[in-house]
Amino acid sequence: MKSLIEVRDIKKNYGKKEAVKGISFKIEENEILGLLGPNGSGKTTTIGMLLGLLKPTSGEIFINNLKLEDNRIEILEIINFISPYIELPKKLTVKQNLYVYSKLYKVQNIKERIEYLSDKLRIGELLNSITGELSSGQKNRVSLAKALINEPRVLLLDEPTASLDPEVGDFIRTFLEEYKREKKISILLASHNMSEVTRLCKSVLMMKNGEIIDQGKPDDLIAKHGRTNLEEVFLKLSRSKNEFN
Amino acid sequence: MSLTRIYGLFLRHFYLITRSFPRILDLVYWPTIQITLWGFISNFFATHTTYYNNAVGVILTCAILYDFLFRTSIGFNMLFLEEIWSRNFTNLFIAPMKIGEILTSLVITALIRSLIGLVPAILLTSPLFGISILDLGIFLFFLFLSLYIFGITLGILVSSGLLRFGPSFENIAWSTMFLLAPFGCIYYPIDTLPELFQKIAYILPLVYIFEEARNILINQTVDIENIYNAFIWNAVYFILSIILFYYSFNAAKNKGTLINMGE
Repeated sequence: MKSLIEVRDIKKNYGKKEAVKGISFKIEENEILGLLGPNGSGKTTTIGMLLGLLKPTSGEIFINNLKLEDNRIEILEIINFISPYIELPKKLTVKQNLYVYSKLYKVQNIKERIEYLSDKLRIGELLNSITGELSSGQKNRVSLAKALINEPRVLLLDEPTASLDPEVGDFIRTFLEEYKREKKISILLASHNMSEVTRLCKSVLMMKNGEIIDQGKPDDLIAKHGRTNLEEVFLKLSRSKNEFN
Repeated sequence: MSLTRIYGLFLRHFYLITRSFPRILDLVYWPTIQITLWGFISNFFATHTTYYNNAVGVILTCAILYDFLFRTSIGFNMLFLEEIWSRNFTNLFIAPMKIGEILTSLVITALIRSLIGLVPAILLTSPLFGISILDLGIFLFFLFLSLYIFGITLGILVSSGLLRFGPSFENIAWSTMFLLAPFGCIYYPIDTLPELFQKIAYILPLVYIFEEARNILINQTVDIENIYNAFIWNAVYFILSIILFYYSFNAAKNKGTLINMGE
């Protein structure tokens, strides 16, 4: 299977603080990889480096066989990102926001693309609404539409269902499963929702203090640590002293 | 450079302005108030001093020129700050936009914002005060161009600070023009400044622009050297601002400012 993302021994230091301590991993085509870890474990820093927003102190990142450091623009054309901590311009309508980002990503057939995403994400009735006036569930679906506007081959998701009610959360998870199956994209999912990770991810990375402390398929990790679910594994690893390498 | 992406970012701000009547009003309101105020002051000085009695519109013309500079610079900063305030900054920097495309789009948008505010105010000066800025003739274009370049340069310098230091740099963004105004000799000849201040003023393009505006209106002559010097200093500061912006962008990538912006 082809690796769309390959991370080789990346480190990130802020002064003397080591935020990420030399991690390596791969994400294959048509795979969802879960990125788990307590707050401050280095997940956001890792995502920032994959997006080219942060420069690794050392190490290399390859996306679609291109080295990120030398091909930032080409890589950003095939990647996208969603996080509850970033928003679309609040005063613009949903349609205006999607149109603007279509232009920034040089999308062909903009009208058809917006119609397709509106239909799939059930935001057709929201297109003329002011983005800032939407509910958090609606905003989340609109942000996801923006993140898919360029038909990314790699999607980075940071807490994509945080603060959503169970119905909307389930809708997003079902949508992601179907979209990945249909488009064969690769997804990196950072989440604190263990049932979500168990449901969506083929394999997971457990991070703590800037290191990968364990990795594998959710079921294998549960069996390996003698627990009944991934949340218990998470708690065990996050409370431990890195003896699980 | 992609014109599509430049247009896309321009559209983001165009939609923002055209969707909101208060925003349009805000763009027009301050230049109009400013120019009306300086129009009356100008009339007063013209009738009570000998220095200005040959050219009634000197103060008002300089006020209009300064306002254009101020609007361009603040306009550029506002475009950058809008992205921070709306928490859209990360979305913008993960889009496949080159730095040159972002800057080009903001430069064009800042010009349009300034003109939206200034054109109505300029049109008011003729019926209200009997003064036309067009008295500067063809050289008006060069003076405006020079001010536009310097306004953009200041905007890029402040945006570099925002990139490097984050939203905490916002207060500096508002005060830059006020810091430079005394050295710009906007309303008075450079001889008015103490000697040390004159040395500082001579390394800014502003003093050449405003000295030349006064020269054209009062003496009815043109000193090309002033216009030439203004462009030379503009080129120096503009190139420095671009270098600083790229440096700040790379520093922000090292420091992590880009991912934390707006938080």
